[in-house]
Amino acid sequence: MRTSEALRAIYPELERRIIVTIMGATASELYALGHRPNFFYLEHSMGLASSMGLGIALALPAEQVIVLDGDGSLLMNLGTLSTMARYKPGNLLHIVLDNESLLSVGGFPTATATGTDLAGVARASGTPRVLEARTVADFKLAVSEALASHTLTTIVTKVEAVAPSSYHMDLTLLENRFQFWRCLRERRRAP
Amino acid sequence: MSVSITNSKLIYDGLKACDVKLIAALPETWLVHLIRMADEDRAMTLVRVAREEEAIGIAAGAHLAGVNAALLMQNHGFLAAINPIVSLAFLYKIPLLMLISYRGHMGEKDPWQTQGGLVTEPVLRALGIPTSTLTIPHDIPRRLKEAQTLAHASLTPVAVLLPRELMWEEA
Repeated sequence: MRTSEALRAIYPELERRIIVTIMGATASELYALGHRPNFFYLEHSMGLASSMGLGIALALPAEQVIVLDGDGSLLMNLGTLSTMARYKPGNLLHIVLDNESLLSVGGFPTATATGTDLAGVARASGTPRVLEARTVADFKLAVSEALASHTLTTIVTKVEAVAPSSYHMDLTLLENRFQFWRCLRERRRAP
Repeated sequence: MSVSITNSKLIYDGLKACDVKLIAALPETWLVHLIRMADEDRAMTLVRVAREEEAIGIAAGAHLAGVNAALLMQNHGFLAAINPIVSLAFLYKIPLLMLISYRGHMGEKDPWQTQGGLVTEPVLRALGIPTSTLTIPHDIPRRLKEAQTLAHASLTPVAVLLPRELMWEEA
């Protein structure tokens, strides 16, 4: 499964929810599928997409927040799994697209390529629901189930380390930041 | 010798007067009462992080979601969080209200705190972070409010240093 296929399969679930994604391939693939003002692309600050998602989920309990994380990013902030599991916001879904590499910076293998099991780390951290998917169909089902469960869930899915056709996004960082902030403000006012 | 409950309460009340609703914190001796007060306050969301970098992400998320947040950390925690302060808070123009216990400065007895104490203010200056040091108890509410006001107006991180003379009582 490619990242683009995985994201296309769940795009209808992402469209209206609050999304925080990591940089690189995941951000540009999501952007290519169709940008929405409720999508935030965290360029840089690797590892903190899940922390931002946790902050938003705790601040807006009426919204469902989905974090699109990666193996490289999550390995830079493994403590986030224990912090999310500690507060267990039921409105947070943490998706890890594990391509076993730092694709956007030269494709060097990460530790998941040599056996580190991020689903296992999530389970051992106390995450109430941890799911794994290998196929697009399994992944789509896992995401639907997780969103319906209203229970903090981490889904780890293996994806191919294939770079997107383009990393270009016609959206400046600050444009994205203020658009996202305004979007959340309007949703708070008109739930 | 003990951490000042009176001044911790003044700081906590000052944060409440700033309408702070979420505190991300990592424990430190001088912060024990502040963290306990946040924990006992049902109207406060306290997030205990494993490392201070996470707290920058959590506070950024809270800000984008319209909730006033504050950070409680030791100066070594601030030093640990420099990359996200630069490449999340400054890069994305996210206001942060960072309360930093100022260990390793005048009067410090723990040798391991001293190196961080030496570099705290130079690093804050190098990053261009506006810094206020709380020394006078009756000034605490005003200075906290001013720090938050500047953070929100400039959309940048601001630091409030909590020094020994405020936090530590020599019995």
